[in-house]
Amino acid sequence: MRKIRVVIAKPGLDGHDRGAKVIARALRDAGMEVIYTGLRQTPEQIVGAALQEDADVIGLSILSGAHMHICPRVTALLREKGLDDVLMVIGGIIPDVDIPKLKAAGVRGIFLPGTPMQAIIDFINGNVRSRVEQV
Amino acid sequence: MKTVTAETDKQRWERETLEPSLKKAPERPVAFTTISGRAVDRLTTPDDLEGFDYARELNNPGEYPYTRGIHPTGYRGKLWTMRQFAGFGTPEETNERYKTLLKAGGTGLSVAFDLPTLMGRDPDHELSLGETGKCGVSVMSLADMERLFEGISLGGITTSMTINSPAPMIFAMYLVVAEKQGADWKKLSGTIQNDILKEFIAQKEYIFPPRESMRLITDIFAFCTKEVPKWNTISVSGYHIREAGSTSVQELAFTLRDGIEYVQYGVDAGLDVDDFAPQISFFFNSHSDFFEEIAKFRAARKIWADVMRNRFGAKNERSWKLRFHTQTAGVSLTAQQPYNNVVRTALQALAAVLGGTNSLHTNSLDEALALPTAEAATLALRTQQIIAVESGVTNVVDPLGGSYFIEKLTLDMERGARKYFDTIDRMGGMVEAIEQGYPQREIAEASYRFQQAVERREKIIVGVNDYVQEDEPPYPILYIDETAAEMQIKRLAELKQTRDNAQVARTLEALRQTARGTANTMPALLDCVRAYATVGEMCDALREVWGEYVEVPSI
Repeated sequence: MRKIRVVIAKPGLDGHDRGAKVIARALRDAGMEVIYTGLRQTPEQIVGAALQEDADVIGLSILSGAHMHICPRVTALLREKGLDDVLMVIGGIIPDVDIPKLKAAGVRGIFLPGTPMQAIIDFINGNVRSRVEQV
Repeated sequence: MKTVTAETDKQRWERETLEPSLKKAPERPVAFTTISGRAVDRLTTPDDLEGFDYARELNNPGEYPYTRGIHPTGYRGKLWTMRQFAGFGTPEETNERYKTLLKAGGTGLSVAFDLPTLMGRDPDHELSLGETGKCGVSVMSLADMERLFEGISLGGITTSMTINSPAPMIFAMYLVVAEKQGADWKKLSGTIQNDILKEFIAQKEYIFPPRESMRLITDIFAFCTKEVPKWNTISVSGYHIREAGSTSVQELAFTLRDGIEYVQYGVDAGLDVDDFAPQISFFFNSHSDFFEEIAKFRAARKIWADVMRNRFGAKNERSWKLRFHTQTAGVSLTAQQPYNNVVRTALQALAAVLGGTNSLHTNSLDEALALPTAEAATLALRTQQIIAVESGVTNVVDPLGGSYFIEKLTLDMERGARKYFDTIDRMGGMVEAIEQGYPQREIAEASYRFQQAVERREKIIVGVNDYVQEDEPPYPILYIDETAAEMQIKRLAELKQTRDNAQVARTLEALRQTARGTANTMPALLDCVRAYATVGEMCDALREVWGEYVEVPSI
């Protein structure tokens, strides 16, 4: 058993990284291994990082409205690479009408503004693949 | 020999009056701190302001160091400019919103560009996928700028444009539209944000490396001094620094230190400080801690006056006067119980007005959910109008001047900012501090501290970690679909078929040549714009010469 490994990424052109950095620190302080890719990552780069880092979780922060383009591409690439069991979660400004579509595309957790960090930690612990040590 | 210090009146009060009272009725068991985590004393008295000199610390409005304001008449002469930031979708959709805002009594325009435009990418670029027209309006070329201001006379309005890395390209487009409308550049008034340092520090919409980016800015200073003298060439911004999670003091310190950096680079480029400094303006956040924000605005004016007069030896009083725009804190808006945001925004707007802002944007109640609907944007403007004409606060100049608490807090803010100046000066300047990741780290730490305080419920956010309401009714939002992106991609293809592509290639090559040398880049950019080169093409030409900045990721 090992610690949960999380890749946190900012896809798209947006540079507002406050949320991504805060959640990266919170997950790290909760005992997870966090890899922060930084800004402007393409879906290919994100999935590449997940593969290389043997990530259990991918967390994307998206505030710009580009989620409907980015998320389905990331989940499709995960399936393509046989990484279906990587838990994909997103946080950001996501209109309600998009939530069912994102879930159907394979996004497991969607966290909206005001979500407590503990709720995200609990969700990851409760849904991550079983071969890792929960925190 | 032991020195005996006489008890101050405040100490006497604490002993005789406060302590017995606390024994009977203790204070609430909460941390009395500002939103920035600063401890607040329960009472401020003249004892806290020993040696306070009115003329030195405050002076009257319109007099150095302008703590009480830059205008002798405050808002009795002219109200602040009510400038609502807006932009989404196609240029035509945004043009319609501008006309709505002007009809509702808005007194200036403020353009929000979409992310591809802000990042110097055309809508058909891979990274623009899903971003075109989403967070602002898409402006690819002069043709879009013409559509954006169709029916709006640029000679008769002031326009603020939130654009940074591609500021020279977008500004060149604005100038060419004005020229085509027959407006005189010498009379044009408005603002480009053009503040790259806060992009490296906070908002991260950078393209070129810091030093090349600074050259573009000093090129604009030099160009405008001669060609567009009334234009505000830069809006040195604390807004984004605060939104990224800084404290109030950090916002004040990093913003003013950025201002110092720009002035220094201008002077080093051979400009006379009094030729360009009067056109430098500032942009602050107005957050939820009412008094801390008011003190911040007052301290900003005072520090800047001193910096310009004494650090740079500016002789022109206009160089000493800090003029600023304010936006209420977007980050304070909650997705939960969105109507509460109207109240938050009203209080923040009032703080900005009591702090003497020169222009103001009030956020809309739905902005934690989406870009605002026209109704929400109108209500936000009404909030300013109610403060202006109903509250009575505009009848008097600096009504809080002389409040023991406000004056003490203003001094504390100044001290805090100057401490940061010393640290950054020791690093060699703001560019060097940014290269070392210093302000970025300070802000990341402050933002995490705040989030932890919210998690522990030491800081309460109504509707989020207290006074929570289950089963909230859905709020109707503005949903931006893909039609703008499709339209802009189609238009881009058409543009490339109809313009003189040989002329575009020639002007872009001239731009590359200019970038390799030391001449001012603005004339070369104006030629590119007149040939209908796109923002993406102009930025790519400079990317080829200067390269791109890549941040080392760090949490």
